Amino acid sequence: MLKRFLIAFVALCLAGPVFAQSGPLRLTITDGVIEPLPFAVPGFQAENPEAAQVAADVSRLVAADLAGTGLFREIPASAFISAHSSFAQTVAYPDWRAINAQALITGAVTVSGSQLVVKFRLFDVFSGAEMGGGLQFAGTVDGWRRMAHKVADAAYGRITGEGGYFDSRVVFVSETGPKNDRQKRLAIMDYDGANVKFLTDSSSLVLAPRFSPNGDRVIYTSFASGFPRINLLEVASVGTRQLQTAEGEMAFSPRFSRDGSQVIYSLANGGNTDIYRGNIASGSSSRLTEAPSIETAPSLSPDGSQIVFESDRSGTQQLYIMSSNGGNAQRISFGDGRYGTPVWSPRGDLIAFTKQNAGRFHIGVMRTDGSEERLLTASFLDEGPTWSPNGRVIMFSRETQGAGGTTSLYSVDISGRNLKPVPLPNGGSDPSWGPLQP
Amino acid sequence: MTFLTKAALIGLIVVTAGCTRPDRFGAGSGDAANAANSGALNGTQDLGGANDPRSPLFFNQTIGDRVLFAVDTSTLTAQGKSILDGQASWLQTNSDYLAIIEGHADEQGTREYNIGLGFRRATAVREYLVSQGVPTNRMRVTSYGKERPIKICSEETCYAQNRRAVTVISIASLS
Repeated sequence: MLKRFLIAFVALCLAGPVFAQSGPLRLTITDGVIEPLPFAVPGFQAENPEAAQVAADVSRLVAADLAGTGLFREIPASAFISAHSSFAQTVAYPDWRAINAQALITGAVTVSGSQLVVKFRLFDVFSGAEMGGGLQFAGTVDGWRRMAHKVADAAYGRITGEGGYFDSRVVFVSETGPKNDRQKRLAIMDYDGANVKFLTDSSSLVLAPRFSPNGDRVIYTSFASGFPRINLLEVASVGTRQLQTAEGEMAFSPRFSRDGSQVIYSLANGGNTDIYRGNIASGSSSRLTEAPSIETAPSLSPDGSQIVFESDRSGTQQLYIMSSNGGNAQRISFGDGRYGTPVWSPRGDLIAFTKQNAGRFHIGVMRTDGSEERLLTASFLDEGPTWSPNGRVIMFSRETQGAGGTTSLYSVDISGRNLKPVPLPNGGSDPSWGPLQP
Repeated sequence: MTFLTKAALIGLIVVTAGCTRPDRFGAGSGDAANAANSGALNGTQDLGGANDPRSPLFFNQTIGDRVLFAVDTSTLTAQGKSILDGQASWLQTNSDYLAIIEGHADEQGTREYNIGLGFRRATAVREYLVSQGVPTNRMRVTSYGKERPIKICSEETCYAQNRRAVTVISIASLS
């Protein structure tokens, strides 16, 4: 009901800076250049003295999440005409209109022992109405960041009509040390780089982890034996086990099927690398490609019916799509240079990839038929894109040049705007963005 | 013997010869001659010195444990084949040794593709050694892709050294 009400629209990209809003608050995310939507987050009310610090932290993080998208612009508190110090008080709309705050987010925080309750409301200032009902999240104090992310996801969802991505995690490879002695560990973090936790030690090389669709497991390539093998790790218990592979064959580049029961991966047998599908529980597998070339980096379509992958069967790395049961593959990349690491977007409409051309690396997106290719980044070495749960943002690794080169994670939105590093204590590579948390 | 058991055995054995692998245990330059002087080579007395033609050091330094490749290729060069002729001859003479052939790539490429490319290079070496009479059951291939560079500049002089296949020998029996 509410959603339908909100789907009256103000296309901000066409209207330019929307100082005179003519309908209900609505940010339609398009590929055009947009003016960020101004919003205000007065400090959330601390409902008891113990909640003061958390209330301040939560409201700051909500604002940071929204402003960090590049779609919203926070109006600083110094510009506020009236305070909104009580969650229960009536919104003084004229005061917020006067400073052009189109969205107003208010909240209240209660702490009792280790328990935390966060309440919030979202107001459409120019319509003079609340958007949706108030929401309340309960949890523990040490999980305050997640509750702030949930508030921001709710606000983002109500204003854009799309799902958010703030309460999500990313599994990646944490890197330390110089290039010729690089220590790599699997690690997990919040989408914004907070709460880094290690899942493996650095005793053996690990590469290219992928989250399961519901985020409970991670699959990755391990060199613990000196040969690439696929390991499966339960995130909650950090328990690992090796998936079965046949004798004489080396397995890498694993990805989960959409239901998490199967794994699509590459197997090298001698100099030939092909794509296989394996059942995690039974260990049975079947071969999906039969070519003497390198077929790797598979990615399933959201409906599970197709696989996009890279192959150098034409002489250089290019992207191909085939049925998820194998069979004929159609080449979809035809631009200059070489294309690798395709990843199907969660919306199904785009494929992100790494492109190498003229000595530079790019992260780009194209439609699933290869049309409308768009390069989002350019650097000495960008690779390994992964999609935010809502398909609006791509995270990837960037390595800098030379003997002192280091790797970092970056994110960029699919229009190429808002390129920024993910703040991390160490280097990072091979991100895999997990689902929104329940 | 199952595959895993075999792999585990080879893994154990490799540890004893691991000190002769400069790209993983050396002082950082990856240069075999430097590694020989680095003091990390505790096992050299048992295995013989570099002047002993039966020693792993002789294999690594005098014959040459690695061959290099052009960008995005796995074709053996004439120089590479000459080194591999020496390796084949050594392996046939010293039949106690097993070989793991590691394929490597430079950093100009995506991670997983480079694993596949490293397998191609290692396999090209293995097939050549087979053609020169080394039994297939004494060799295994693996690939580290671009994960184990020995030279770390981002220039062709370094890349050329990193695009390699290294024959890592290990004694088949500890006695």
